Amino acid sequence: MNATLSRFNIVSIVLGFTFLYLPIVLLVIYSFNESRLVTVWAGFSTKWYVELFSNQGLLDAAWVTARVAFISASVATVLGTFAALALTRYTRFHGRTLFTGMIFAPLVMPEVITGLSLLLLFVAIGLDRGFMTVTLAHITFAMCFVAVVVQSRLLSFDRSLEEAAMDLGASPATTFFQVTLPVISPAVVSGWMLAFTLSLDDLVIASFTSGPGATTLPMKIYSQVRLGVTPEINAVCTILIAVVATGVIAASIVNKRREVQRRRDEQEAQRANNIAFGRNT
Amino acid sequence: MQRALQAIANRIVIAVPFLWLLVFFLAPFLIVLKISLSLPAIAMPPYQPVFDIADGVAGLWAGVREFTVDNYVWLTQDALYFNAYISSVVIAGISTLITLAIGYPVAYGMARASSALRPILLMLVILPFWTSFLIRVYAWIGILKPEGLLNTFLMWIGLIDEPLIILNTHTAIFIGIVYSYLPFMVLPLYSSLEKMDYSLIEAAKDLGCSETGAFWKVTFPLSLPGVVAGCLLVFIPAVGEFVIPDLLGGSRTLMIGKTLWNEFFANRDWPVSSAVAIVLLLLLVVPIMLFQRAQARAQEAER
Amino acid sequence: MKSLGSIRRSFAPWADPDAKPYISFRNVTKRFGDFTAVNDLSLDIYEREFFALLGASGCGKSTLLRMLAGFEQPTSGQILLDGQDLKGIPPHRRPVNMMFQSYALFPHMTVEKNIAFGLKQDGMPSAKIAERVKEMLALVKLEPFAKRKPHQLSGGQRQRVALARSVAKRPKVLLLDEPLGALDKKLREETQFELMDLQQELGLTFLVVTHDQEEAMTMADRIAIMDRGEVMQVATPAEIYEAPASRFVADFVGSVNLFEGKIANRDKDIATIEGDTINIRTRNAGDVEQGQKAWFAIRPEKIKVSSKRPANAEYNAAEGEIWDIAYLGDMTVYHVKLPDGRVIKTSSVNSARVIKDPLTWNDRAWISFASDAGVVLTS
Repeated sequence: MNATLSRFNIVSIVLGFTFLYLPIVLLVIYSFNESRLVTVWAGFSTKWYVELFSNQGLLDAAWVTARVAFISASVATVLGTFAALALTRYTRFHGRTLFTGMIFAPLVMPEVITGLSLLLLFVAIGLDRGFMTVTLAHITFAMCFVAVVVQSRLLSFDRSLEEAAMDLGASPATTFFQVTLPVISPAVVSGWMLAFTLSLDDLVIASFTSGPGATTLPMKIYSQVRLGVTPEINAVCTILIAVVATGVIAASIVNKRREVQRRRDEQEAQRANNIAFGRNT
Repeated sequence: MQRALQAIANRIVIAVPFLWLLVFFLAPFLIVLKISLSLPAIAMPPYQPVFDIADGVAGLWAGVREFTVDNYVWLTQDALYFNAYISSVVIAGISTLITLAIGYPVAYGMARASSALRPILLMLVILPFWTSFLIRVYAWIGILKPEGLLNTFLMWIGLIDEPLIILNTHTAIFIGIVYSYLPFMVLPLYSSLEKMDYSLIEAAKDLGCSETGAFWKVTFPLSLPGVVAGCLLVFIPAVGEFVIPDLLGGSRTLMIGKTLWNEFFANRDWPVSSAVAIVLLLLLVVPIMLFQRAQARAQEAER
Repeated sequence: MKSLGSIRRSFAPWADPDAKPYISFRNVTKRFGDFTAVNDLSLDIYEREFFALLGASGCGKSTLLRMLAGFEQPTSGQILLDGQDLKGIPPHRRPVNMMFQSYALFPHMTVEKNIAFGLKQDGMPSAKIAERVKEMLALVKLEPFAKRKPHQLSGGQRQRVALARSVAKRPKVLLLDEPLGALDKKLREETQFELMDLQQELGLTFLVVTHDQEEAMTMADRIAIMDRGEVMQVATPAEIYEAPASRFVADFVGSVNLFEGKIANRDKDIATIEGDTINIRTRNAGDVEQGQKAWFAIRPEKIKVSSKRPANAEYNAAEGEIWDIAYLGDMTVYHVKLPDGRVIKTSSVNSARVIKDPLTWNDRAWISFASDAGVVLTS
């Protein structure tokens, strides 16, 4: 669809995005507030950030979270990519319906259910709750998101690329590692990023599956939020937002650049070709 | 030889994620079901019977005979649970409709924006999805509380004299859900509206439809798959939502996700919380299946 | 010896009963579920032949190609290449290479790497690969673009890379799936001749799939016309055009007028067809017998239009009315309506700039043709 924007369209876009962004902007602004009172602006200060770095509990939690997120995102990316391949490439195998269901259900499953059920599993098989169990839980729900992201790339994948590779003598394995994987790699990378942030953000599932030694940052934030709004929490949140936003924006700028460069190259090639062709005839 | 390796590789690609999900997604549900049929116990784990492989089949059977539906009977006897289920569905339903009402015009405006602007708008919708859910909900506490930013602002411009009580009410939950799930509504709506051929609307107008007529007779019906997908993506998780009612709804709000959490963490009653989870799951089975069917159909269409 | 149309060269192994076919499809059938893509098809192709499979989309021509490449397995039947049964050989072990319709250039590799890909799979030493790649780049005149990626090339250049990549391994057979489909008309015409030169130079067997009859006629030694999974006729372009085997082929390739009638008389080599508006006498009657239903197929350019009654108007002539005129520059197309309402297409070359006393709309006009200008068809 492409048309001119009416006033109504502009107003709804502006209001919609204000609604989406204003609360976050306010939170960021008030993290630089001098006063401990959240609603009274008493001047600019970075003292809450300084205080954060002397809060050992918070730093420990951040370290746990980072490790959980890194490991679970990496494993989930492998499993999710496998699952995406299974879904797009093998249209017939036993239990395909069940498999598809298990990929899509976690996307909408209420977190309390996922968390509770995983906890009960860990108790039943006698696995001590801690770093390991949180990581396993995160792998499980993150792999489904990775699968969906990679699968949508695979659906638009030109299969003749793989056929060409095999036609030129590449074995199926060579074809996968030298052609398929490099071509879908942007989707795999964004799947990893999604899995990483999902793990970074998760409170509910981590609360169920984590043990005493492995408090994650969202759990720490949650326990403090229950006590009320404080500038320290605003500061932690601001840092988290900054980290994620930087990552996402950087990734999209890189993509955009590549896209622009690509388009410029294409135009260049077309122009060069036109000139050459014009000379020929 | 190589063909054998290839066959093994194919197996692995399917089997590894499949087994993983069987162990970490399906098996846990069976365990939840089993524990929901058990009795609470003051022990670790706090329920009985506990199966032990060492007991063999006989032990298993003895355990199965100890199963009880007491927990489910309990759920029907205490009005708390029934009310929590009902109010979860009602709150999620109302929030979904509000999200649709806000999300549709935004998605529509985005779809009509110029092709240069569209990727930026899309990016702006996706970005909050990447930032922590907890943080986004937390941000509203500072805004909505009696001495919060909204009340300060409204009193400063003289619209009200006394602070509005919004935090710890249903209104705060609505705001929280709409805010948190808005991107989930906008994205599927946008993708179905964006695909639409604008000449269809021009054709409708050419054939004598007014602007609004063309919208209701052409645009809206064609965007229905997006509407359905968006509503399910909001409704299903919202029913079981815990963070929003806990942080914004206060202690008096009844929502089933919160009830489950309290039953588990505060009362340590694992069998009852399992029963709550099973009933919640049954409640969501129909919408989840609708969602999967919509996904499968969208996938077919893309092939 | 008299021959049909213009002869390309003396290369005609198919006419030699001792020649061994290089590629043989033997009773090949391919079904996808309920759909039969290829139906009990047999076809022989000879070494160094430029062979075209021509048909509308969905006629099974691409499936045939993909079965030879190994991407599809025949439901039944046999495919032989140079005497070897290809059954069970995976695509990457077959001595054929394919040029894909979409070109299927690897987007993450440079032109060089794309061309070298197949050679690397064979484990060729890298010095030799470099040499071969250079040779290929020279062949398709793309030396300055070796380090570019596919998206930095124009459509025509991409097509050349795809071509270079598929011939780099010196395959026994090169399969081309709509090789020129994505190019614009002007470039397409130029590339057709380049492909023919390349085939001559490399001495390879080319099997090309196309839906463009002009392309097939221009390039191929022989053409197989396909319809619904079956071969309708295999012949040289000239034979296909001048001596089509059936009404389907006659209608599929070029434009044709069909006169229906009954064989009224059959002499040794002359047959007489009686129709509603026109009686035809022809030598090109094959083995039709008296009383048989038949169609006389004649191309528009072989019909003469004139305002005067031809000398012998009893046979091979009819009077009608000029219904439509299309002036195309090099020729003029007349549609002549006969008394029974049928419209006959004719075309005449404009060999002079000015025509004296031209025919115009609603003029009475005579159509006429020579007795060997068309062929009699019975199916």
